[in-house]
Amino acid sequence: MSNDNNPFNILGSDKVPQPGGKAVQEENKTGDLNDRIKNLISSSKIFLFMKGNPEMPQCGFSANVIGILNAMNANYSTFDILSDMDIRQGVKEFSNWPTYPQLYVNGQLVGGNDIIMEMYEAGELESFLK
Amino acid sequence: MVDFSTVESLIKSHIEDAVVNVTDLTGTQDHLGIMIISDAFMGKMLIQQHQMIMDILKEKLGTNEIHAVQLKTMTKEKAKAQGLL
Repeated sequence: MSNDNNPFNILGSDKVPQPGGKAVQEENKTGDLNDRIKNLISSSKIFLFMKGNPEMPQCGFSANVIGILNAMNANYSTFDILSDMDIRQGVKEFSNWPTYPQLYVNGQLVGGNDIIMEMYEAGELESFLK
Repeated sequence: MVDFSTVESLIKSHIEDAVVNVTDLTGTQDHLGIMIISDAFMGKMLIQQHQMIMDILKEKLGTNEIHAVQLKTMTKEKAKAQGLL
């Protein structure tokens, strides 16, 4: 059955949403905290600091952003800020942004749940992730 | 707990042309929904727009006068398109 007449294809897409997230850990926890944060962010074009991991988010907002990224078939890496208090505090200061999740694209902070949601609903997110 | 007109004038003291609308999200006057319409946002990404406002509100958030905010920022053009101006 082609996607045109498949009644289950409500997204009108030939792509099925699929989990494209990979939780990463630091290889080296020594050194300057800002360098550690930069190394994490630059490890993937799309990088998410979140509570928990893509399979098991520990917060509704993190889960929501994961859902959006998966719906866009994005490939991304995540870091669980609950696993490291230094990173958890450090990223807030690094980005001048007080809450999690935080989504980075090409090393730039794009937003937390509210902003990602707003961009997604306005149809502005997809071009951003490409 | 914070007086909404204080929040409004605080934002306006930094962004002159701002149209500010404060909503009480929880009935406790410390979880605020704040809509800000200003051309100071022109050409800026949403995250930068929100950061501008968060910097202004930092003090009030630090003292817990405001516990949490949900922001909606937009340029006048965008607000007009949505029928908000």
